[in-house]
Amino acid sequence: MSQTRKQLLTDPLVDNNPITLQVLGICSALAVTSSLNVAFVMSLAVIAVCGFSSLFISFLRHYIPNSIRIIVQMVIIASLVILVDQIIKAYAYEISKTLSVFVGLIITNCIVMGRAEAFAMKNKPFDSFIDGVGNGLGYSLLLMGVGVIRELFGSGSLFGIMIFEPVSNGGWYVPNGLLLLPPSAFFIIGFFIWGVRTWKKSQVEAREYKIQTLEEH
Amino acid sequence: MEGLISLAVKAIFVENLALSFFLGMCTFIAVSKKISTAIGLGVSVMIVQSITVPANNIILSYLLKPGALAWAGFPNIDLTFLGLISYIGVIAALVQILEMILDKYFPPLYNALGIFLPLITVNCAILGGSLFMVERDYNFSEATTYGIASGFGWALAIATMAGVREKLKYSDIPDGLQGLGITFITAGLMAMAFMCFSGVKL
Repeated sequence: MSQTRKQLLTDPLVDNNPITLQVLGICSALAVTSSLNVAFVMSLAVIAVCGFSSLFISFLRHYIPNSIRIIVQMVIIASLVILVDQIIKAYAYEISKTLSVFVGLIITNCIVMGRAEAFAMKNKPFDSFIDGVGNGLGYSLLLMGVGVIRELFGSGSLFGIMIFEPVSNGGWYVPNGLLLLPPSAFFIIGFFIWGVRTWKKSQVEAREYKIQTLEEH
Repeated sequence: MEGLISLAVKAIFVENLALSFFLGMCTFIAVSKKISTAIGLGVSVMIVQSITVPANNIILSYLLKPGALAWAGFPNIDLTFLGLISYIGVIAALVQILEMILDKYFPPLYNALGIFLPLITVNCAILGGSLFMVERDYNFSEATTYGIASGFGWALAIATMAGVREKLKYSDIPDGLQGLGITFITAGLMAMAFMCFSGVKL
């Protein structure tokens, strides 16, 4: 694998993460992270859809008229999502119930559209595929990170396997119920972004207003 | 009637699309810097939502459901697997038509909403509203109520968020949290506030 292809795959993980930097695809990142099983299936679904939609759109890029490209991309993505949705329903029915509408919402997940529009329309199929998978992985990394925190501290387990024995089962751990509720996902992602931006200073956004210090006054 | 009112209250406050299902988050975070633009976007989402949810409901009950094609002489056909692609098609088409109608007959409104309308096609809140309608098996009147109410709830959330953010830009925030980070935390606090409605029953 050449240097640039490797970069295509690894860049979106931290340096150009779709969620923390590009602000894409946040909706599902928050909603499906209360248990790891679900987050894992969702990650696989997004990686698959993102990779293959980039691949197919890139194959067709010379034949898609510019004026209707959004609709064409939409149809390709929607067909792939239907495929994934049917597969999940067939092999992981319980999880498909918990995911409810969120598999369908991969269609409007801005990561998929964003990569199709920004990368696949201009690059070769294989590169686009790698780029799609890379962005899917960047999304999954954050999803799994949030999922680990929420499930471990919210119900004391990982992938449904007990790690901390909760008090209700005669153990010692008092589960933090807040972490299973929607708002906690916002906080965790907020703190993740803080962490990433403390590490990678270049991602810090500029202030709109600067607070005057006493000397300047 | 009572059922519809309680459905509306539930859709606006308890099951707010933005704050308890995280739908339309991308635009929610990106376009909430100024109150005026946030309200413009909120209103357009509400309009589109109250048209697309009932429209998709009609499509579902007369074309896609098992047995829905009985009127055309095919009582055994189940097309629900085509759901996703038809809903997104309907949404894209309706947004386009709405844009043309507004352009022709209500130019001031068109100029005000103009840039937001195409954005709405890829707003998860719109598709999400239709998918929830399908999942919860709403009938036509419920679907209409749900469409209007959920759109209003989303508009309410983004308008309040913009209000908070307009004040927030004057505050002293750690560098790493600047911008996106603090927006998430604010949204989290707002979501907690909206959770207080969860006991409301009508």
